[in-house]
Amino acid sequence: MKKTALYDIHESLGAKMVPFAGYDMPVSYSGIRLEHEAVRNGVGVFDVSHMGEFILKGDNALDLIQMVTSNDASKLVPGKVQYTCMPNEDGGIVDDLLVYMLDEHTYMLVVNASNIDKDWDWISKHNTMGVEMHNISDKTTLLAVQGPKALQVIESLTEMDLVNQKYYSFDKGVFCGHENVLVSSTGYTGAGGFEIYLENQHAEDIWNQIFSKGEAMNIKPVGLGARDTLRLEMGFCLYGNDIDDTTSPIEAGLGWITKFSKEFVNCKALEHQKLNGVDKKLVGFELKEKGIPRQGYPILNEQNENIGAVTSGTMSPSLNTAIGLGYVYNDFSTPDTEIFIEIRGKAIRSKVVKLPFYKSK
Amino acid sequence: MSTSDGLNRNTMSIPQELKYTKDHEWVKVAGDEVTVGITDFAQGELGDIVYVEVETVGETLDQETIFGTIEAVKTVSDLFMPISGEVLEVNADLESNPESINSDPYGAGWIVRIKIQDDSQLDGLLTDTQYKEEIGAQ
Repeated sequence: MKKTALYDIHESLGAKMVPFAGYDMPVSYSGIRLEHEAVRNGVGVFDVSHMGEFILKGDNALDLIQMVTSNDASKLVPGKVQYTCMPNEDGGIVDDLLVYMLDEHTYMLVVNASNIDKDWDWISKHNTMGVEMHNISDKTTLLAVQGPKALQVIESLTEMDLVNQKYYSFDKGVFCGHENVLVSSTGYTGAGGFEIYLENQHAEDIWNQIFSKGEAMNIKPVGLGARDTLRLEMGFCLYGNDIDDTTSPIEAGLGWITKFSKEFVNCKALEHQKLNGVDKKLVGFELKEKGIPRQGYPILNEQNENIGAVTSGTMSPSLNTAIGLGYVYNDFSTPDTEIFIEIRGKAIRSKVVKLPFYKSK
Repeated sequence: MSTSDGLNRNTMSIPQELKYTKDHEWVKVAGDEVTVGITDFAQGELGDIVYVEVETVGETLDQETIFGTIEAVKTVSDLFMPISGEVLEVNADLESNPESINSDPYGAGWIVRIKIQDDSQLDGLLTDTQYKEEIGAQ
């Protein structure tokens, strides 16, 4: 089991650790609800160093990225970030990821921990144009400082102009006295905030400086448990749950990051889906009766017929409603459609709702 | 010493006067009935508890059959009969305060009362020492 550079700190904070994607990761410290609340209304810090980072460098780096990803990376300029996915040749998704344009010929790809090897092999396979590739995952710490008070905590820890940093932009520079730190206005919570990429040897010091600065704002360490409830309230897809090797980006509602203005892996088939429609769609739903949907639970229509399956579900701490994502046949994908979630043999009345579940204040 | 999952099993509360099961439930004997809940260890593992569903009140069930479920934010877990008997009552306060299982697992967080059918089953339950061994506490 791998450990992040902050493992000892998590231990000393009494975090509950769980194995995740080959890492021993904190799932919670003070409890999912408290941590969730801290991010929605204050500020919380996640150690998400298990995520993978690849550097792609060379004259043809953009061409390679354009070929393997679905979004149009030619729209990027240095200092900008793009959310995208890598389609496979069978209609599914290899991974969803962020692309950072570092300079004219250099990009950083941030991929899911569980897919690091698969993604590396996939990109390598398509790298027929001599792009230099570096996997810096093992030496990189990634902290997500999230919540409405995130800026207040970290702005004074750097000379970088975070106040004016736009959403999905980044700066690189000195942070907490350490060089070569990248700070981006990104996140997986819908609560605003930053993601900070740094070298492992500075991880403990930067963590400690952030917490001492954040003390007055009641900053909290936040685990993977609340990361899941926060992203689910926003309707953000989780690879392995809501999207995987078999789900198409069009079905998953990721048409907005699938651009047919360029050529990429499986673009013909996906364009056909976009033009002709797909049979099923990923929708958000909320329960109208008691119960909590969980991954794999069947989705039924009023006649008790199977119309889909739950891919993610939880009790939303912000809304105090049970919410979930799942694939249903097209006929049932319109908001307000009544559907039923089968929970331990009972059909629980539910309703398709528009995403996000949680609308920020 | 804390364990690899970060839980300090030595500061975990495991009252001496209770009996335990391998399913992490506690049993308190009083006359011809028992009160049942989940252990401090179990509530810590489950995390924030959202609600408890027990629809077996009035039913007589065998030892180790499922009498209800407990839903936490992160996961769901079944509740098992620690002994055979009739489910007499579910703790109605859990309807509005399910989190009392997290905050007071051996007190306000009790879950059901069961009428004892066979006294000898009580002897098969774990003592506090045996339960500590079961979860790896010292």
